Amino acid sequence: MTKGEIVAGCLAPHPPHLVYAENPPQNEPVAEGGWEQLRWGYERLRESLAGVEYDAIVLLSPHWQTYIGTHFLGLPHFKNLSVDPVFPNLFRYHYELDIDVELSQQIHDRAAEAGLSVKMMENPDFRVDYGTITTGHMFNPEWDKPMVVISSNRSRDYYSVEVMQEMMMELGRVTREAIIASGKKVVVLASNSLSHRHFTTESEIPEDMSKEHITSHAMHLWDMRMIEYFRTGQAQRIIDEMPEFTEQAIAESDGGGLSWLLSTLDIPKYPGILHGYGTIIGTGNAIVEWPARNHKEVEE
Amino acid sequence: MSDGELIGSYIVPVHPHTVLAPEQNEGWGRLRDAYDLAAQRIKDSGADLLIIYSTTWPSIIGHQIISDPNPEWVMVDHDFHDLGSIPYSFNVDEKFAHEWNKANEKRGLKSRTISYHGFPIDVGSVVALKLLNPDNTIPAVIVSSNVYANRSETTVLAKACMDVVKATGRKAVAVTAMSLSNRMFTTHIEPKDDRIHSLKDDEWNRKILEFLGEGRLEDVGQLSRTIHQQIRVNKVVAFKPMWWLSGMNQNRNDLTGEVLAYEAIHGAGGAVVHLDPTPSGTGDKEYDEDDVEYFAGERNVLDGEAAQADFEKDNSEPHAGTTQNSGPALWDPTENKGSVNTDAAPKPVGAYPHARRVGDLLYLSGVGPRQPGTNSIPGGPIHDGNGTPLNYDIKAQTHAVIQNITRILEEAGGSIDDVLDVTSFLVDMDRDFQGYNEVWAETLGHVGPTRTTLAIRALPTPIAVEMKVIAKAPAMD
Repeated sequence: MTKGEIVAGCLAPHPPHLVYAENPPQNEPVAEGGWEQLRWGYERLRESLAGVEYDAIVLLSPHWQTYIGTHFLGLPHFKNLSVDPVFPNLFRYHYELDIDVELSQQIHDRAAEAGLSVKMMENPDFRVDYGTITTGHMFNPEWDKPMVVISSNRSRDYYSVEVMQEMMMELGRVTREAIIASGKKVVVLASNSLSHRHFTTESEIPEDMSKEHITSHAMHLWDMRMIEYFRTGQAQRIIDEMPEFTEQAIAESDGGGLSWLLSTLDIPKYPGILHGYGTIIGTGNAIVEWPARNHKEVEE
Repeated sequence: MSDGELIGSYIVPVHPHTVLAPEQNEGWGRLRDAYDLAAQRIKDSGADLLIIYSTTWPSIIGHQIISDPNPEWVMVDHDFHDLGSIPYSFNVDEKFAHEWNKANEKRGLKSRTISYHGFPIDVGSVVALKLLNPDNTIPAVIVSSNVYANRSETTVLAKACMDVVKATGRKAVAVTAMSLSNRMFTTHIEPKDDRIHSLKDDEWNRKILEFLGEGRLEDVGQLSRTIHQQIRVNKVVAFKPMWWLSGMNQNRNDLTGEVLAYEAIHGAGGAVVHLDPTPSGTGDKEYDEDDVEYFAGERNVLDGEAAQADFEKDNSEPHAGTTQNSGPALWDPTENKGSVNTDAAPKPVGAYPHARRVGDLLYLSGVGPRQPGTNSIPGGPIHDGNGTPLNYDIKAQTHAVIQNITRILEEAGGSIDDVLDVTSFLVDMDRDFQGYNEVWAETLGHVGPTRTTLAIRALPTPIAVEMKVIAKAPAMD
């Protein structure tokens, strides 16, 4: 069997505002636009991968929060209504998505062998979290690729950023190995923001862009520091500085997605492509692609 | 209608085991039995409202209150999905939810109601309502736990809720859906092996329950931050529910408490506790922290000036259900020969003009600090809708009075420089004279009118200062 590969790894944030602003038919609320810089960033990401063949999307979402290990969606199809419990005024999305259960199980099994606590989620009534749905929609609005959806184990909350990262690095490693062993071509997505301090008020018109900006200068500095590392192939520095970044920028990297992503890519030394950066209700969000398909020699 | 009241409070665990698997572990079964006993007590009490504060529904934009009269769906826990699904269909008191929302806003809180088909009611609320109100006979409301809320915000949330309970004559039961220690085992365990995660967590839980068993709710509230540091995994919602529940109970320490059960759920501390408002006779205590009536903290990061204006506007209005202090009605200024009126000054509280010109003089009606349009009071009102004194800023009020005087004089074609004589009225000479005098010196002091300052008992609106002005009238064209 041919070896599988990760064709791209992407940082693909999930604030529901992006779907809201796109006005897709699946979402009930209607917007007058907004957050264009990020939405155009997602467009560029989609264009970048338009000619690339791949079989599945593997996604880690910080909004499926599990405290007892890492879980994987384990049924072939999910269909339901996803309503954001924090921004229900913006996100009420009717979703249908297919799961690559075989690949999910393979990653699950390798993670178990590596000593990680894991579980398959096989309850058909389960509602897929809105982070998965938002990133899934923005990355692939046609929903024509099967997915592997991985929960965010909250080991950072239980222990520390360092422990979280150690576990996510291991999960990333086994994810990569499982993908290679599967013979499939895969895109991996970490669905998280960078700095994650929200505004605690919402403007009368949520998409009023005159109100949108980063919550503080310190958050901006951290976001730009991370983006500079993304753009210059310094993934190891991101890993090294993850504890400070996560704690000082209240970053959503606390969910482990970014560490996991970089680990699946074997800590890339090549530059990531910054497709877009913008703030959403004060949080910092970057859309970044590591085109692993062009750097196979680095991976192998 | 008689005043409403809180007739009981309960602390209940959040995880789905008590609904889906009470038979799998003796401890889970005992928690379920305690839940059932609590449900029977609530039913027997004649309660007509259940108010749920759930730690498993975090929010960011202030607090959210379910107002969908009949939320229905199927809940599956993110972690314990293999235990099964919980279909739910609840009876929510939509009207109370809206009234609570208004009361929150009037006390300076950000708040909104939530009524969307398919909104995911959180696991803590689902478990609590399924077990405490199995027949749905008692209407309920559910409020979120704000991620960023501190003690004052959470306390004010409770007070706003009680404003509505009292005003609507309800017999309410307050429920916090929460764990004590919340550290679960991070790997799968067999149900028979369940226990509190650590001896330390167990000891802290027992100390908390000792306090609650003695009815010392406010003491637990005061220890909230310490408890959070000691036995809580730093999830998004801190150990806040004790602040809310204590606020609902007037921060009392002499309730009658009873621990109905305490057991482990996958390592976390789960307890069912009943707090009866009947005084236990232990005597109340002094408290370390402020008893906050209004939330004036940082909630204006998005649009500072507008948010502040909203806050001031809200606080100039009476609390829900306190119509006796709603303040005098506002009038359009009267129009007679020589009247000078302007939309740039606050509306009168009676049938009179803003000013009247007679010959070369302008006589202004008494001018206070209320703002045109919003009727808000810069520096804050001097008392709330119940007459409870509030802290206020006399300097801000005095500045606002002089601004209003300036606007009226400008409407007449003149300016503040035309002021000849002022009679000032202060409701608290001892407290306010110095601040008032400083602002005077910076403003009218430079103009030089004669002045008389009097102490009076009250003014028609909750303001601290008013001025009666005679000014030189501008020359007629």
